[in-house]
Amino acid sequence: MSTTSKVASTNGTSAAGGAKPSKVGAGANWADERLGLAALGKKNLRKVFPDHWSFMLGEIALWSFVVLLLTGVFLTFWFNPSMTEIEYQGSYAPLRGSYISEAFNSSLHISFDVRGGLLLRQMHHWAAHLFIGAMLIHMMRVFLTGAYRKPRELNWVIGVLLLTLGTLEGFTGYSLPDDLLSGTGVRAADGFVKSIPVIGTYGSFLLFGDEFPGHSIIPRLYIIHVLLIPALLLGLIAAHMLLLVYHKHTQWPGPGRTEKNVVGFPMLPVYAAKAGGFFFIVFGVTALMGGVMTINPIWMYGPYDPTKVTAGSQPDWYMGWPDGLLRIIPGWTELSFWGVTFALPVFLTVIMVPTLIIILLILLPFIENWISGDKREHHLLQRPRDTPARTGVMAALVTFYGLALIAGGNDIIAIRLDLSINQITYFLRGAIFLGPILAFWIAKRWCISLQRHAREQALHGYETGIIERSPEGAFSERHLPLPAGKQYVITQREPDSMPVVEAQYDENGVRKPGGRLDGLRGRLAKWYFADNVQPPTAAELEEAHHHHGGHDDHAIESSSHDDAAISGSSKH
Amino acid sequence: MSENENLPAQDGPDHSLVPSPTQSDQEIAPGLPAHVWRPTDVDPKAEKRAERQVAGLFVFSMICAVLFVVVYFSFEIGREIDTFLGFGASNLFLGLTLGGSLLGIGVGIIQWARKLMTDVEIAELRHPAASSEDDRATTLKALSDGLEESGIGRRPLIRNTLLGALAFSGIPLIVALRDLGPRNMSHERLESTFWMSGMYVVRDVLGTRINKADLQIGDLVNAEPEGLVPNSEGHLPAPIGPDGQELRPALPHEELLIQKTKSAIILLRMSPNDIVRNPDRENWDVDGIVCYSKICTHVGCPIALNEQQTHHLLCPCHQSTFDLADSGKVIFGPAGHSLPQMHLAEDDEGFLYAMNDFDEPVGPSYWERG
Repeated sequence: MSTTSKVASTNGTSAAGGAKPSKVGAGANWADERLGLAALGKKNLRKVFPDHWSFMLGEIALWSFVVLLLTGVFLTFWFNPSMTEIEYQGSYAPLRGSYISEAFNSSLHISFDVRGGLLLRQMHHWAAHLFIGAMLIHMMRVFLTGAYRKPRELNWVIGVLLLTLGTLEGFTGYSLPDDLLSGTGVRAADGFVKSIPVIGTYGSFLLFGDEFPGHSIIPRLYIIHVLLIPALLLGLIAAHMLLLVYHKHTQWPGPGRTEKNVVGFPMLPVYAAKAGGFFFIVFGVTALMGGVMTINPIWMYGPYDPTKVTAGSQPDWYMGWPDGLLRIIPGWTELSFWGVTFALPVFLTVIMVPTLIIILLILLPFIENWISGDKREHHLLQRPRDTPARTGVMAALVTFYGLALIAGGNDIIAIRLDLSINQITYFLRGAIFLGPILAFWIAKRWCISLQRHAREQALHGYETGIIERSPEGAFSERHLPLPAGKQYVITQREPDSMPVVEAQYDENGVRKPGGRLDGLRGRLAKWYFADNVQPPTAAELEEAHHHHGGHDDHAIESSSHDDAAISGSSKH
Repeated sequence: MSENENLPAQDGPDHSLVPSPTQSDQEIAPGLPAHVWRPTDVDPKAEKRAERQVAGLFVFSMICAVLFVVVYFSFEIGREIDTFLGFGASNLFLGLTLGGSLLGIGVGIIQWARKLMTDVEIAELRHPAASSEDDRATTLKALSDGLEESGIGRRPLIRNTLLGALAFSGIPLIVALRDLGPRNMSHERLESTFWMSGMYVVRDVLGTRINKADLQIGDLVNAEPEGLVPNSEGHLPAPIGPDGQELRPALPHEELLIQKTKSAIILLRMSPNDIVRNPDRENWDVDGIVCYSKICTHVGCPIALNEQQTHHLLCPCHQSTFDLADSGKVIFGPAGHSLPQMHLAEDDEGFLYAMNDFDEPVGPSYWERG
């Protein structure tokens, strides 16, 4: 019997003969004699990739990047990145006769006079949204499941750089058509650069080649957009993939899946087919979006004019969160003294905070590692509930991001929901600080409560909803043991181990060198681990099994919960 | 657990969270669950059906690709951008057919992988990311041999001068970027606009001068200095002052955008009683007509949204709000300073002109603004 199928008609009914080399074999032989590919293929052609829907998020990002390259090349055939003014004579009647830049003219030409041009333009823009959105969610997945732990810290760093560069790539891209909306964005970018202390003014002159708007910004953004950043992205994506292959993909814990192995489908044929097929799906979905969903209708905005602006001017969503911070910071934070101006409302929100957040993201794995002191490799993912503080940190970051994004749309929200824009802004000024703290606390407690629930189920089984009445008349609910797989996922988890923190003070009560840092580390470790509920140990499982003697029934009124509280705070 | 040799030191008895961290994995660890055969593995009919589905999807893809070509050549583009459901027919059907042809391939291949390719999971062993001790030792030896043979450690003079040369060689590359900016790169250029004493205010589209009698209370007009709005021949005129003097020569067209960006203004007529009289701006209005820079002092968007009853002007980009009745003060939002006001005057016939250029830089803040 074949191991592949019980029918097996399409999977070959006879064993491959050794006598006559197939055509594939001959081709492979020809290539190997010149390139020596067999050694590489031996290791990788049947490389195992584990299966889970969340592993697809990064793939969406990868394939939308390929779609961006393909559609982008198409657009470069017609786009003319020049700020020279000419009279528009194209198909779009409302603008005919007006003086517009070559960049805007060629963007209109692509949209109205090149067949399929609008489709490709819209696909390019939609793919950019997909690219950045998928990267963002992929990053959350990696963070929440602890996939960035040793040995994958550097791949996390590469990922953060990819997200940052992808965002800049998006900004340089949507600025190119030189329509009113994108020009307004560039105008704001000029304000951002000018806000940098000491060098801001010179930075603005350098960037624009003259006083804003100059005549150089579109050609410069163009070469950054089509060469500089894509080259960096391509290199980093290649490194990201190589490391992924070298480390082998992480996997979820489960029966048969350990830190030492990787269980899943082989690259050839299943993953090659699934990943290759998925590329066509991403490409196809982008094509449908480009066909049926209008994006960035530049002809409605009109050409850039520094004296005009559209109400409700918004950047693309991924630039929305710094824009939101920019909207809610009060203007009195601008300081002027000794003949100079600190344009803090701008500098702080669109330059400092994003930079600090990128640095924080890069450092996250190293900070966590410093706290835990864990030097081992990890290949099994953690369920978000099993790392309550880490999940809390992500909840706080997401809340911060979400509130800032809402702030970025405060005018739209005010109009659509008929609210006062001032009230929304005042609310967000407070919420941006309080929201993340609250989110951290809720997420952490929620996780701990889920941990407690899992522990209880592992020890006493799950509630069946079947009420039984004993001969004495007492009602109780029947509990049944969890299926072996689920039980294993709970019990296989390794208990958290509190790092050994050196005493800060020596026996004479004098603080040791570095003692202050050790003390901080000890407090952080307590904050990170101490409230967690630990999985049941073998002894506890044995005890629980023995205690219930197979009748895992709980009296309805007073169910006895025994928690493995590891500190006072998780008792209830 | 076997990885425990790498654990942080566990010898201190009081540091572990759980009294006995070891739990017997092997006892409770179930192996891989038994493989479940799919209908297509056991039922030849299901298998055939799946095969037909996959092939059908591939055929669908081919049909869509052909239809794409048909659509490409048969649909008009350009003028009709909303013929079908609000979409241009060409764009819509090109998108649908291209999407169909790509999705046919993608869904087909994945259907093939899911239904017909082997779905038995296999396991592979992992290896530590680090190289073996042998490899490390060999590499370290090679590295130290190489360094030793180069003599870089023994010849600090060569080493240090080389480091110096490499550092210095970066300087030309950075300095060479200097001419990205203009030669006359100076913050002083941000301090003045096109406006000057005696320059007439003109409508931003027509270029006609504005008489105070044309403005009713509540009217808001977007305006420019004379000389920045092209005349009917498309040329920029030289601005003429109230006494008939040419104030400055006509501006070259290339500089128009830069000057326009700084010089755009708004005029608003309100009841003179509504104006909060600021001692040093006692008579900057003409019969209640006030004049402000149109460029937001936050990051430079043109301000456009006027609240007629309150004389508040709101920037649509980041919602900075300025009070035009009270010297353009910031009353809400992220802008750090007031909207610059221009001293307005009228000639004998009531046409409005500038008494002076703005007395402070317009637009976003910058370091040297002071």
